[in-house]
Amino acid sequence: MSLNYSQPLEISNLTSWLDAALRGCLAEFWVLLIEFVLVAVVLLAAYAVIALILIYAERKITAFFQARFGPNRVGKWGLLQSVADMIKILLKEIIKINRSDRFLFFVAPFFMIVASMLTFGAVPFGKGLHAIDFNIGVLYVTAVSSLGIIGVLLAGWSSNNKYSMIGAMRSGAQFVSYELSAGFALMTIVVLAGTMQFSAMIEGQRYCWNIFNGHISSIIAFVIYLISGHAETNRGPFDLPEAESELTAGYHTEYSGLQFGFFYLAEYLNMFIIASIATTVFLGGYMPIQVHGWEGFNQIMTYIPTYIWFFGKTAVLIFLSLWVRWSFPRLRIDQLLNLEWKYLLPINLVNILLMVILVLTGLTLTDLFPGLF
Amino acid sequence: MSSVSKYFSGLFTGIKSLLTGMGETWKELWTKKVTQQYPENRDTLVISDRFRCELTMPHDENNEHACTSCGICQMNCPNGTIRVTSKTIETEDGKKKKILDTYNWDLGMCTFCNLCVLTCPSDAIKFENTFENAVFTRDKLKQQLNHEGSKMREKKKEVKPVEPKAE
Repeated sequence: MSLNYSQPLEISNLTSWLDAALRGCLAEFWVLLIEFVLVAVVLLAAYAVIALILIYAERKITAFFQARFGPNRVGKWGLLQSVADMIKILLKEIIKINRSDRFLFFVAPFFMIVASMLTFGAVPFGKGLHAIDFNIGVLYVTAVSSLGIIGVLLAGWSSNNKYSMIGAMRSGAQFVSYELSAGFALMTIVVLAGTMQFSAMIEGQRYCWNIFNGHISSIIAFVIYLISGHAETNRGPFDLPEAESELTAGYHTEYSGLQFGFFYLAEYLNMFIIASIATTVFLGGYMPIQVHGWEGFNQIMTYIPTYIWFFGKTAVLIFLSLWVRWSFPRLRIDQLLNLEWKYLLPINLVNILLMVILVLTGLTLTDLFPGLF
Repeated sequence: MSSVSKYFSGLFTGIKSLLTGMGETWKELWTKKVTQQYPENRDTLVISDRFRCELTMPHDENNEHACTSCGICQMNCPNGTIRVTSKTIETEDGKKKKILDTYNWDLGMCTFCNLCVLTCPSDAIKFENTFENAVFTRDKLKQQLNHEGSKMREKKKEVKPVEPKAE
């Protein structure tokens, strides 16, 4: 197979040039040190920038769903609105709450942000833009992203506020439940792909995305993953941990200034992370659309850099999540748990079995039509 | 219905209704935006004619109004917003006549109840829909409605019979 298409716009060209240049003049240790620091800085910057873009996009799309304009006064089309909000939140006072558990209160936002940051590092943004590529990538993401719930529970507990506590408890129940579904949905695809490593998974989806490859089973897993991912991020119809009408703001009621900003940032980034994991696992990640035998087509598609493919696919999923968010009313806690334990989980268990049968009996698309996909 | 088929029919009707809902919001996404961007859209802004913002006394091209200075509007005003002052003059044929001197109205006190306009026997005053009434001091809210040098419109008895014939 000829995979040597030229990719002139790829960032990996820049990174490999930088690596070669550094290796030319420095010892191994210093090269690694500089590169680690660079990667960390770039990731942190990307984290903040993506959050700002997401907040802007969310407010705009929300407005469009409600036949409004959304932010349109600060800068052209309100583009600077989220920057202005960020500056405002940085300047705000961090209020100390009386009779709260000071230490845990202080620590809780960091749990949130660190959990989403750790997950963020494992997301493959493009060819060569992948900070950590574990051979157990899927497992790592599932494990690390569930650390965030500790932050939520700590925040609710340490605030010494019954609304915060109820919000945190609801969030905990919700997160623990839906984490099961999300994990099973990912496992279904691990069965199909035969690997847990993100880069290998993406390489395997060169000609046929996993969502098509496993047809029925994959699509069910995809829908379940989106629903449970959506629920894990406490958004949309599943935002009852912060139901304004009952709990003011749920677990982050007592937070102000930058600490609140951390929760806010983590919420948006979790939405992005869910969408990007779904992209990677189901929609071929950063891999351009390629067809067997269509050399010219493949060449044109690979001219578009991989990070654009990745962000494009992720943006579609984020739009889907916003669409769902503004379509459905908020669930009650019993409805929420019903949905998970009576519907998603049993369907998921049957689905994973179905996927095993599909793979073992050779009924996946790549097995059925080897030349085509 | 057995519980199993109930489970599945519930599941599928649920999915169907969710998709219907998403279809509705999808249509809503492409509808025209209803936001009014007020200071920019002054030219195209439509304010109902019945919207009561500012009391005015219409003057015609000869700087004449219809107020007979009877003071009924002042009597009917629930919170003393209107003050009509009149003066007595002597006409050419020696008759004494009461005419309007000043007609003062305080926007800051007005509740826009429309009683003055309703009770005016000669339709001399009316409410306009010019709604941009904000000013920097309360004094500017006190307005004199009759123009400088204006006088009451005389009833033209000759003109009235002509009009129906012309139609």
